[in-house]
Amino acid sequence: MIELKDVSKTFTLHNQGSAVIEVINDVSFHVAPGECVALTGASGAGKSTLMRMIYGNYLTQSGSIRIGDVDIVKAEPRTVIAMRREVLGYVSQFLRVVPRVPTLDVVADPLRALGVSAEEARARAQELLTRLNIPERLWTLSPTTFSGGEQQRVNIARGFVHAYPAMLLDEPTASLDATNREVVLSLIEEAKAGGAAIIGIFHDEAARERVCDREIDVSVFTPGLSSCSGSIGYQKETAA
Amino acid sequence: MSTDLRPLLSVKDISKRYGSHIGCAGVSFDLYPGEVMGIVGESGSGKSTLLNCLVGHLTPDTGEVVFDTRVDGPKDTTTMSESERRMLGRTDWAFVHQHARDGLRMGVSAGGNVGERLMAVGERHYGDIRDKATDWLERVEIDAARVDDRPTTFSGGMQQRLQIARNLVTGPRLVFMDEPTGGLDVSVQARLLDLLRGLVRDMGLSAIIVTHDLAVVRLLADRLMVMKSGRVVEAGLTDQVLDDPQHAYSQLLVSSVLQV
Ligand SMILES: Nc1ncnc2c1ncn2[C@@H]1O[C@H](COP(=O)(O)OP(=O)(O)OP(=O)(O)O)[C@@H](O)[C@H]1O
Ligand SMILES: Nc1ncnc2c1ncn2[C@@H]1O[C@H](COP(=O)(O)OP(=O)(O)OP(=O)(O)O)[C@@H](O)[C@H]1O
Ligand SMILES: [Mg+2]
Ligand SMILES: [Mg+2]
Repeated sequence: MIELKDVSKTFTLHNQGSAVIEVINDVSFHVAPGECVALTGASGAGKSTLMRMIYGNYLTQSGSIRIGDVDIVKAEPRTVIAMRREVLGYVSQFLRVVPRVPTLDVVADPLRALGVSAEEARARAQELLTRLNIPERLWTLSPTTFSGGEQQRVNIARGFVHAYPAMLLDEPTASLDATNREVVLSLIEEAKAGGAAIIGIFHDEAARERVCDREIDVSVFTPGLSSCSGSIGYQKETAA
Repeated sequence: MSTDLRPLLSVKDISKRYGSHIGCAGVSFDLYPGEVMGIVGESGSGKSTLLNCLVGHLTPDTGEVVFDTRVDGPKDTTTMSESERRMLGRTDWAFVHQHARDGLRMGVSAGGNVGERLMAVGERHYGDIRDKATDWLERVEIDAARVDDRPTTFSGGMQQRLQIARNLVTGPRLVFMDEPTGGLDVSVQARLLDLLRGLVRDMGLSAIIVTHDLAVVRLLADRLMVMKSGRVVEAGLTDQVLDDPQHAYSQLLVSSVLQV
């Protein structure tokens, strides 16, 4: 479902002496439907960068990133937008809120964009907000003023409201208590059972072991950064 | 996956000089139905010049602006007759000016401002026109009780919302906006943006929005074009251009605002 081939990324900071940061060099791997793969590696290794490249948020200089039959690297903006609407979900580390929009609509929004009726979309949103223990009195408020953990749960509800065939999760369990962490892990397990191909970043090792089938150590592909895992399972060949 | 095959607007190599001075040069892009494109860039970079060339307020020196008309399909609007283009401006196209007073008739009531555009496309039934005008005032969050008041008695934000109602009442397919939130204070801006966002989605509009405000494009635009000295220096998916800008000027632009 998700297939990376010889993917590389450098940042050129034109206004800082044209400094070039090589972050990812020659990554190849694939994720099958129903599989969850963890990206691991030290802070700064490029986990979030790689995830953003797969989402089309960061530009990829070379290689290909196929989601189904679309190569995100070469796709036009409108194709990427259609992919994000229909196929590719992303739970980022932080919720980016549109001012004034009530939580229930924030969560229902991805379904509305797919043409689902307001009623059905809201019902599904309510179901998720309830599961994620967001008190009903908050549903009509904008999440702008919510606590970090509440915002994160709204973000997760929004990310899981549609059954995306491919999902990217950047630290979905960070800043959650044990109960809500459990809910999120069950959501991931259910998405896998439903056939979603998932790539996740989890600092929470126990969570990773529970939901992930494989790990890919991104440090291996970071020029100038040596692998900190040392495990054979993380080598390029097995990752591909 | 659902993507349209034919662009609604196809812009090819638009250039406009003011004497020896470049207004804009070599601008090309395709806009598809339902897409919203933002144009950003420093003051004097040619954003308004480009927009005015696209709608026919200025005649470009070179290039084509091909619009997919309802009746005749794709047609170059730079070579169509003045009356044909004026008709487009009343029906399928809308232009939201930065200063509401440039887009409104200040001596006519709020209801009249909205109704006028309906009459221009042939609506004659007074009751229908008034009902539609009132409905649109409510959609842009102006109290229907103000329908007979003149825009001169409205605040800047209300005037801007009235201008939007006047433009959208005829169900255009393409909306051009030049700094639609300029000159409004921040909370009024947020409200206006939220409104625009809802309208764009509900009506399936395509839009081209010129602004210097990166938060505005983040919120409204699917795609972004960055202009400098009359030329497009970078274009792409909005969040990609904002989060991973490639060109030195785009990087400078993005890094000079606090957070968007
Ligand atoms: N938009 C950007 N522009 C320039 N450099 C960037 C950008 N985004 C990330 N980087 C750089 O890329 C490198 C990898 O960052 P990334 O955020 O991917 O790391 P990470 O593995 O997710 O780390 P963490 O575990 O701390 O979240 C860092 O050196 C970072 O500074
Ligand atoms: N009527 C005119 N006669 C001569 N030069 C003009 C005219 N209109 C614009 N220009 C020049 O063309 C260039 C582009 O101007 P334009 O108004 O398109 O910029 P802009 O990007 O819209 O700027 P702003 O953000 O300040 O509105 C500028 O250098 C401007 O001085
Ligand atoms: Mg990270
Ligand atoms: Mg201008």
